[in-house]
Amino acid sequence: MNLVLVAEQTLNGLQLGVMLFLLAAGLTLVFGIMNLVNLAHGALYMVGAYLAAYFYQTTGSFALGVLLGLAGTLVVGIVVELVALRTLYERDHLDQVLATFGLILFFNELIAILWGRSAIYSTLPPYLTGHVELIGSLRYPLYRLVIIGVGLAVAVLLWFVVSRTRLGMLIRAGASNRAMVAALGINIRRLYTIVFGFGAALAGLAGLLAGPIFSVQPGMGELILIQVFVVIVIGGIGSIRGAFAGALIVGMVDTLGRAFLKPALSAIISPAAGDAAGPALASMLIYLLMAAVLAFRPEGLFPSRGS
Amino acid sequence: MTDALLETRALRKAFGALIATDTVDFDVRAGETHAVIGPNGAGKTTFIKQLSGELRPDSGQVRFAGEDITNLPSQRRSREGLARSFQITSVYRDFSALDNVALAVQAHAGHSFRFWRPAREDISLTRPAMQVLEKVGLGKRTAILAANLAHGEQRQLEIAMALATQPRLLLLDEPVAGMGTDESKRMIELLATLKGEKTIVLVEHDMDAVFTLADRISVLVYGRIIATGTPVEIRANQEVRAAYLGEDL
Amino acid sequence: MVAILLLLAAVPPVAALLHEPFYLDLLRRVMIFAIAAISLNLILGYGGMVSFGHAAYLGIGAYAVGVLSHHGIDNGWLQWGIAIGASALVAAAIGSISVRTSGIYFIMITLAFTQMLYYLGVSIAKYGGDDGMRLNVRSQFSGLIDLNDPAEFYYLVFAILSLFLYLSHRLVNSRFGLVLQATRLNEARTRAIGLSPYPYRLAAFVISGAMCGLAGALLANQTSFLTPEFMNWTRSGELMFMVILGGIATTAGPLLGAAGLLLLEDVLQGWSVLPKWVHEHWQLYLGVILVLVVLYAKRGLAGLLPGNERDD
Repeated sequence: MNLVLVAEQTLNGLQLGVMLFLLAAGLTLVFGIMNLVNLAHGALYMVGAYLAAYFYQTTGSFALGVLLGLAGTLVVGIVVELVALRTLYERDHLDQVLATFGLILFFNELIAILWGRSAIYSTLPPYLTGHVELIGSLRYPLYRLVIIGVGLAVAVLLWFVVSRTRLGMLIRAGASNRAMVAALGINIRRLYTIVFGFGAALAGLAGLLAGPIFSVQPGMGELILIQVFVVIVIGGIGSIRGAFAGALIVGMVDTLGRAFLKPALSAIISPAAGDAAGPALASMLIYLLMAAVLAFRPEGLFPSRGS
Repeated sequence: MTDALLETRALRKAFGALIATDTVDFDVRAGETHAVIGPNGAGKTTFIKQLSGELRPDSGQVRFAGEDITNLPSQRRSREGLARSFQITSVYRDFSALDNVALAVQAHAGHSFRFWRPAREDISLTRPAMQVLEKVGLGKRTAILAANLAHGEQRQLEIAMALATQPRLLLLDEPVAGMGTDESKRMIELLATLKGEKTIVLVEHDMDAVFTLADRISVLVYGRIIATGTPVEIRANQEVRAAYLGEDL
Repeated sequence: MVAILLLLAAVPPVAALLHEPFYLDLLRRVMIFAIAAISLNLILGYGGMVSFGHAAYLGIGAYAVGVLSHHGIDNGWLQWGIAIGASALVAAAIGSISVRTSGIYFIMITLAFTQMLYYLGVSIAKYGGDDGMRLNVRSQFSGLIDLNDPAEFYYLVFAILSLFLYLSHRLVNSRFGLVLQATRLNEARTRAIGLSPYPYRLAAFVISGAMCGLAGALLANQTSFLTPEFMNWTRSGELMFMVILGGIATTAGPLLGAAGLLLLEDVLQGWSVLPKWVHEHWQLYLGVILVLVVLYAKRGLAGLLPGNERDD
């Protein structure tokens, strides 16, 4: 274990963290404001990744691919909201879970029909490949730094929108007191559609950023979605601040756990113990963390007030 | 106050800047019917929720039969003998009237970790439940689903559920709210039969009900009790008249 | 209900007559999932606890059999006993945290813990990791029952299914069952009459997990193979869908739902009448059907049966 490795893994954790944040931000608002359990959020992540890869291929421009992918996911998100989810707001959670579960099956197969079942690899344009020399001997992939930068920029932007604009005021009011917002004569349906579209676009952004580093394939959204749930439970439903804190914590714990738990256990107890328990424990770490947080703070670290 | 069955001392509850309950001292004597009245927004619901255990006060004390129950949750208070009806009707809508009351009997007949015998055929539950239903005037409606009972009947059912727990004190949150004239007359008659038999705390808007039933009245305004006394005293109280200016008393 | 069970009882001789052993296998699978769905219905239907992690107990039950068998212990009594006991223990641990919560939290927490067990299964290389492991010998019952005989295995599953249907019927109508339903119908009222929901909910959660653990042990024997996929979150979703499809909080519902979903999957995947593009992308149609059932057919299949009222 050396410092360069630690620094590198910390950056990896940060990168996973901002990715989780992009997904969690939209989802936590949908939970908090619409009180809707939307399992299909991961499908939007997948849609973003596919659309960006597709448009990059057809147009030959990475930037255009990103823009069209983002716009496409926004449109898909709004259509899904208008067609399917809108009827679910007044239903109980069980109906929401099952209907959005159905949507996942639908989207995964639809993607499989359009692009096949095997993973596609979206590439990077030359100007985004390569490594950057950071301090000392640490060289880090440029593209991962870009992801971190974009994620942090979105976090700042979100903070600005939520805390400084009228839309943000409505969102905050909606998260803590729905009836109040409705009573103020705000067009709540439109607010819902806007918030949902917004969340979908963020999920799409996460997906298209993830495309070049993970494999793009049907079902890619669900694996990360469950980690996002953990983020939201830890952060507190309906809280952007909680989503940010939760995402960074989960990203770090997961990444560092996978990197260092096995060598640490090997060094402290025995190599055999490290081999046997290391990977298992590392994969369970964020869930154990969630259990621990819940035991002490059942509402998460940053519960949104009211409700 | 040794004869108080239920008392609060310096009870206080605030929601942000809004002080909903402001250092309330309140006592209910065993056997009396004590009404709590007050204009809208006076904090009646917040107050009764602290009595029933749904809300914890910020400071102060709730004592029941000499014991400090400030930190007991509702289910424990119920077991101590404090039963409540809700302002907004709260029954098991998908259960029959008999099931509703039998369940209340069951809740006070030892633990319910009994997995085998059908509870609906258990005479030790259904017989007392039938008796209570008779008493509140629902003797002929026992098999009806609670959801299909008329509004007034559902409120009677709530009273029956409270009675079935054999409480020492009944906490009634606006029992005649939303009732037609006939229904509320019947409810007042029912409560009159309980008066004297049970200690009752009655939170009510309906002044007919209050002045017919109450032995004493406390007036809650902006979270404070501004007066406590017999109906005659309260009618004459200047402060109360001022608080209710515009409302008929 | 009785008619359905009589029909199921008549399947083995008929299948033997028609030389169609495939149906025996399919219906055994249906009944095993019905047992799992019965256990889920207990907490989901009657207790109102939307557990999105019920596949965990299928997995634990299956792994109990697989791991013991791996170490040379083939005694079925022991295997199945441990399947039930381990499932109950894990349910107690997960339940003690999740049952305190409600709504979205409960859904996400049960899902997350099951995912944790899934990754645990994936990461333990000794027991096959991702690939799972083969069950070399089916559970042995000292010559009493031979699970290698399709009909004997079938009747055993049938007997367990019948027993569980009866047990769950007794349970939901007992004092315990009424309290459980009461906590679903109106929690504030339940507290107000003096009942504390938590211990009853937790007990139901544990009972349900234990029952599902046995279904997992049966499933491992059914497939002679087990993988972490038994605990996949989509499996949890399927179990929930079975409960809804069959008719939530009904006695016959889970059986009808399990039959409905598995037969539907079978038809979409393999029915030669349907064109090839349906077979290839059957999940697309399943997804659409799922959404439609949830939106428009909440009463479920049990609502179609004559005289099959809700059991509460």
